[in-house]
Amino acid sequence: MTSPMTPGIAADRLSNEALAQNFADLHVALEPHEVRVAADRCYFCYDAPCVTACPTDIDIPLFIRQISTDRSEAAAKTIFDMNILGGMCARVCPTEVLCEQACVREVSEGKPVEIGRLQRYATDTLMTKNIHPFNRAASTGKKVAVVGAGPAGLSCAHRLALKGIDVTIYDARPKAGGLNEYGIAAYKSTHDFAAKEVAWLLSIGGITIENNKTLGVDMMLDGLSSDFDAVFLSVGLGGVNALSMSSEDDTCVSDAVGFIETLRQTTDLASIPIGRNVVVIGGGMTAVDAAVQSKLLGAEQVTIAYRRGREAMSASRYEQDLAASHGVKLLFNVQPVKLEALGSSTALVLEYTATNDTRLTGTGETVRIAADQVFSAIGQTLAMDGGLALDGRKISVTGAGRTSRDRVWAGGDCASGGDDLTVTAVAEGRDAAMDIYATLIGGAN
Amino acid sequence: MADLTTDFLGIKSPNPFWLASAPPTDKEYNVRRAFEAGWGGVVWKTLGAEGPPVVNVNGPRYGVIHGPDRRVLGLNNIELITDRPLGVNLEEITRVKKDYPNHAVIVSIMVPCEEQAWKDILPKVEATGADGIELNFGCPHGMSERGMGAAVGQVPEYIEMVTGWCKKYYSKPVIVKLTPNITDVRSPAAAAKRGGADAVSLINTINSIVSVDLDSMSPEPSINGKGTHGGYCGPAVKPIAMSMVSEIARAPATAGLPISGIGGVTTWRDAAEYIALGCGNVQVCTAAMTYGFKVVQEMISGLSQWMDEKGHSSIRDFMGAAIPNTTDWQYLDLNYVAKAVINQDDCISCGRCFAACEDTSHQAIVMSEDRKFSVIDAECVACNLCVEVCPVENCITMVQQPAGTVDPRTGQTISDDYANWTTHPNNPDAVAAE
Repeated sequence: MTSPMTPGIAADRLSNEALAQNFADLHVALEPHEVRVAADRCYFCYDAPCVTACPTDIDIPLFIRQISTDRSEAAAKTIFDMNILGGMCARVCPTEVLCEQACVREVSEGKPVEIGRLQRYATDTLMTKNIHPFNRAASTGKKVAVVGAGPAGLSCAHRLALKGIDVTIYDARPKAGGLNEYGIAAYKSTHDFAAKEVAWLLSIGGITIENNKTLGVDMMLDGLSSDFDAVFLSVGLGGVNALSMSSEDDTCVSDAVGFIETLRQTTDLASIPIGRNVVVIGGGMTAVDAAVQSKLLGAEQVTIAYRRGREAMSASRYEQDLAASHGVKLLFNVQPVKLEALGSSTALVLEYTATNDTRLTGTGETVRIAADQVFSAIGQTLAMDGGLALDGRKISVTGAGRTSRDRVWAGGDCASGGDDLTVTAVAEGRDAAMDIYATLIGGAN
Repeated sequence: MADLTTDFLGIKSPNPFWLASAPPTDKEYNVRRAFEAGWGGVVWKTLGAEGPPVVNVNGPRYGVIHGPDRRVLGLNNIELITDRPLGVNLEEITRVKKDYPNHAVIVSIMVPCEEQAWKDILPKVEATGADGIELNFGCPHGMSERGMGAAVGQVPEYIEMVTGWCKKYYSKPVIVKLTPNITDVRSPAAAAKRGGADAVSLINTINSIVSVDLDSMSPEPSINGKGTHGGYCGPAVKPIAMSMVSEIARAPATAGLPISGIGGVTTWRDAAEYIALGCGNVQVCTAAMTYGFKVVQEMISGLSQWMDEKGHSSIRDFMGAAIPNTTDWQYLDLNYVAKAVINQDDCISCGRCFAACEDTSHQAIVMSEDRKFSVIDAECVACNLCVEVCPVENCITMVQQPAGTVDPRTGQTISDDYANWTTHPNNPDAVAAE
């Protein structure tokens, strides 16, 4: 048995019991009485700021009131009306910068209504009973291809199916769910929730999923355009940005996305090798998810190294504090330079940075930290653009996800705009579906 | 340090907090512990006539209206009078009174509406040494079906008659406990006074069904699938009780009749309010049944602190102080003009004032694009709804408009002369102001 002190990269640093405890639900589900008390704190605001702050416009005061009157199933319906992945969003939404930040109780007393946890209670209530609260409209005879079974694709597909359109989802992976299945820290989606949610969503009917089908390899956009009445692209960001570091080919460097995926897919957490000293390069949610989970796997020292200051991190303060509370060290204003031998181990050399005007430059001063394993979490890139016009590095869209090509829509992380959050992807998929429906059925152009 | 001792009908007690006739005062064990905990007096749970005692149901006796965090807001019960033998109660009362000479011990009684029944029991009660009796003319369930309790309390002539018997066969103070389950509480109170009552106490519980089980379709508490109305008490009934107390305190026929206030007293403040409305003391039940006897300690310290702050050295100093300010609607000053003012620094922008005013009142609050809420004086009638629905205390206040300014709603110049409905030109029965 190895331990957190075992040098290098090693599996089995913690016992199975410790791992099971470490990877349990980040937020324990609320009990019914806690729910009543939590729900009672909602003021039922007029034109509520939380709703405005929600990318999917869930009627939060209404669903909380429905919970408070012991109608959690109705509350769940209110949520799913706007956000069919409300169950996952209740788990992964950065509520602290969305609905809960806007909550008037956050403004007045620094303690918002626990909207995320209440949403989870409602959605769990309905999904545990395996009730799908929607009935499909009669078939319209129209067919739409959705490429990518992540949050945007699933949301779009469900809304289209609901409206009586036949949907085929193509996904490059063996399982549907996208980042809900392959990304996101394991402790945010326990008990195979992502897969269960997909199965529940598909029970609307009218949706076929073709797994292991990659656009550009197994089918082309031209073909889809001719075979279907419309196409919705929600392919995500399949590529990962590479570190520019002189020793990049070193075997101890890998991308955080792959690490998180491995964690999500394994049935044996102990078998995943992890460094004694881990450094995660980046400042987003992926960096935090990778760093915290490294710690939970038994790494002794974990550091997040970010090239700008704390305020520029895209991971919220809540996420930063979550990392810190797990013992992850946050290092700001540093950029990786190279890996060096450090005795029998490796060290990462980081250079301090400064911002001149808006330009980030190295100061020349360096710091060296032990690094048996380095994860790169410096963003992902669009891997497939289908020949569509781009806006920067993403597919350019206008309105409800319309691309440069007729009858092709795009949404989620691959499309321009939005915050690359699950919840924004859901909103974009839903809104594109309504636009597609209006175009195909309503005669809009 | 304020003096909390009270002298109610000559009955002394260390403070005005008595336990009402109810389960907490059903036996010696409880009453001794209550006195040790600090209660000033007890009204012993109602005694019935000699003979086999009443029997209670063997299923649930209570039902409750809860707040979201299980706060007991209202309590309903279907329990009857004491179900212990008369002799046992009398022995215990005798022992307790002997050991607690400085605490008030009142005996609640309910026997059939026949002179002999009262003639039989009163000497036995007198022999206990207790300080007085309270006639239970209020219990609304069970006993009333047998012609007692509220069945007597709802007929003023019976109240007067039975009170008269008690004054005839009992030498110490007689308190008549009134039921709220009537149209005008002044009538039974006046009857009690005519019968010679030394005081009235009110209110007894209110007829109530607290909930219906929507699966079994049985009112609750449910006894094998059936329910019945019970008696409602606790914080929820306080406003009803205080109104009734004030009516008796104000009515010419009963003004000056000592009152023991009952109904939802939970804190020192509740007690102070009852006393301000003319009560000589208060009786408590639900608060003790919810929190235990210790709750009286907060009541004692709270009332004492408040009295010190206000410079009241004794209960008498403020007893009835709110009665001169309790009037009829027709005498309210129609020249008093107020407007709601929203403190923008305290406002948390929830919009509840706006929703309430816009949907259900006078459309006198406007909301800006950036969720700032302000009052339109030309529409505001000062109804106070915004104040009451605002979650932030004192964020919205009603501010009196100075005399000489124009009320933009009416276009009238505000006068500081007192003027009420009796002289208002819209009143067909108006008396011309001289």
